[in-house]
Amino acid sequence: MIIAKRKPFEEIKEMLTPYNKVLTLGCGTCVAVCLAGGEKEVAVLNAELDMARKLDNNPIELGAFTVERQCDMEYLEVLDSMVGEYEALLSMACGAGVQFLAERYPEKPVFPAVDTTFIGVNRAVGWYEERCRSCSSCVLGMTGGICPVTMCAKGLFNGPCGGTNKGSCEIDKDQPCAWYLIYERLSLQGRLDSIKNISPAVEWQNQAPRTVIQPGYKKPDEAEAGN
Amino acid sequence: MKSGSNLEKVLEAGHFAFTGELGPPRGTSMEEVKKKASYLKGNVDAVNITDNQTAVVRMASWAACIMLIREGLEPNFQMVCRDRNRLAMQSDILGAYAHGIRNMLCLSGDHQKFGDHPNAKGVFDIDSIQLLGMVKRMRDEGRFLSGAEIEDPPRLFIGAASNPFAEPFEWRVHRLAKKIEAGADFIQTQCIYNMDKFREFMKRVVDMGLHEKCYILAGVTPMKSLGMARYMATQVPGMDVPDSLIQRLKGAGKGKVAEEGIKFALEQIEEFKEMEGVAGVHLMAIEWEHRVPEIAERASVLPRPEV
Ligand code: SF4
Ligand code: SF4
Repeated sequence: MIIAKRKPFEEIKEMLTPYNKVLTLGCGTCVAVCLAGGEKEVAVLNAELDMARKLDNNPIELGAFTVERQCDMEYLEVLDSMVGEYEALLSMACGAGVQFLAERYPEKPVFPAVDTTFIGVNRAVGWYEERCRSCSSCVLGMTGGICPVTMCAKGLFNGPCGGTNKGSCEIDKDQPCAWYLIYERLSLQGRLDSIKNISPAVEWQNQAPRTVIQPGYKKPDEAEAGN
Repeated sequence: MKSGSNLEKVLEAGHFAFTGELGPPRGTSMEEVKKKASYLKGNVDAVNITDNQTAVVRMASWAACIMLIREGLEPNFQMVCRDRNRLAMQSDILGAYAHGIRNMLCLSGDHQKFGDHPNAKGVFDIDSIQLLGMVKRMRDEGRFLSGAEIEDPPRLFIGAASNPFAEPFEWRVHRLAKKIEAGADFIQTQCIYNMDKFREFMKRVVDMGLHEKCYILAGVTPMKSLGMARYMATQVPGMDVPDSLIQRLKGAGKGKVAEEGIKFALEQIEEFKEMEGVAGVHLMAIEWEHRVPEIAERASVLPRPEV
């Protein structure tokens, strides 16, 4: 899932300074699961903002709503009748959700309340680790299920580099060397041959905005035109 | 001949190669380069010019290489994958060759976290093995990585680094084999201190016949002080400094550690001369360039062959 963390309170407060009526919008999917921007976090943030603005003698009226998924227009529809009465929107969704919101209400200033951080896993409650940089050409089959793009600090495809340090990455003793792990995993599976061949230069697919249309589907305008 | 560089000729002729190293300045004055070069001139076959070593900004490697050529020495142009994408790399290679650079060493590069711009974006568009393949393709096929043809392709003698001490040890020879397959004509190893482990590494190299496919230069850096030895042992990732060496330096007594460090380096060089598969020594006497003439003299590698 997508992992985010709330922005520092001062930064959020600063963005909202010119506004006196703001709707804070949570998202019920990834950011709710990773405890950054669900219903609960919306309530907490609003309470903090309310308090701080009162202390500043600049009170603010705050609305709260959490949609199922901000990255889906269908779920944003419920907001259409609500947003009109607010001066600005404060989104606690990931960057994708914030952008969809901004696209749907182009006349409203939209502000992000979280920093979208990575695609990752839930190691324990409140503890998340990055695992994927969505490179568009997954090589996990070759590397024993360990991502060289994300987990190797240099994103090497033919590792490990000379800095690997007794199983740790050269950047930090507490960071495992991805290529050491890849070696161990493949060696365990008797599949070292998988990395004996040279991995050629990657044809990067993530250098321009990407679109995916699954087989059997079309862009909405094409579908409407009946093509 | 692939490049006709002095280093290539020395190695082809079967001489025991001796290379040095020099870091470009943190500014625009060439005086320091000239001074360091004067110590190396006549004492080494080629001089590695580092590329933003330890991720600290310095004068461009190719620029210092050109200065070295003017001073009458042969540079070994180092390039790391951290700071350039494939476009910048290929254009720098064309420029370097056009200015007379004939040797090139392809490296991953230390992570930017260690340097003076720790939050810089690390490029790593391609890795060191892919870089080797790209330079070889430019030379042997006369093509850019994209496949487009190069007019008058650069004909470089291609080098790579190898760290025999980084874990997993069993994998090191395979990674070396990958580098040779990708295009390495010569290898310069990480500084060697653990001789037992290096002997074992070379045995495996010879068993796999890798020494017949490329020239392997053993990396030597004399220990200047006990502090340096301790720092290398604990702070430098991938470095293997056995405790016995630290004890030996300690035992030398006050004021004599540097001499003991040189003695150890000389013993190493003597052994490398006889070691199967080792074609030369790469002496990395960083900020100790003025001692190179003495070390070369005492190591009996002078005069350097004229080829
Ligand atoms: S290789 Fe890594 S970054 Fe690319 S898709 Fe697979 S897990 Fe994600
Ligand atoms: S030490 Fe390992 S994880 Fe770190 S950069 Fe080198 S190969 Fe990648």
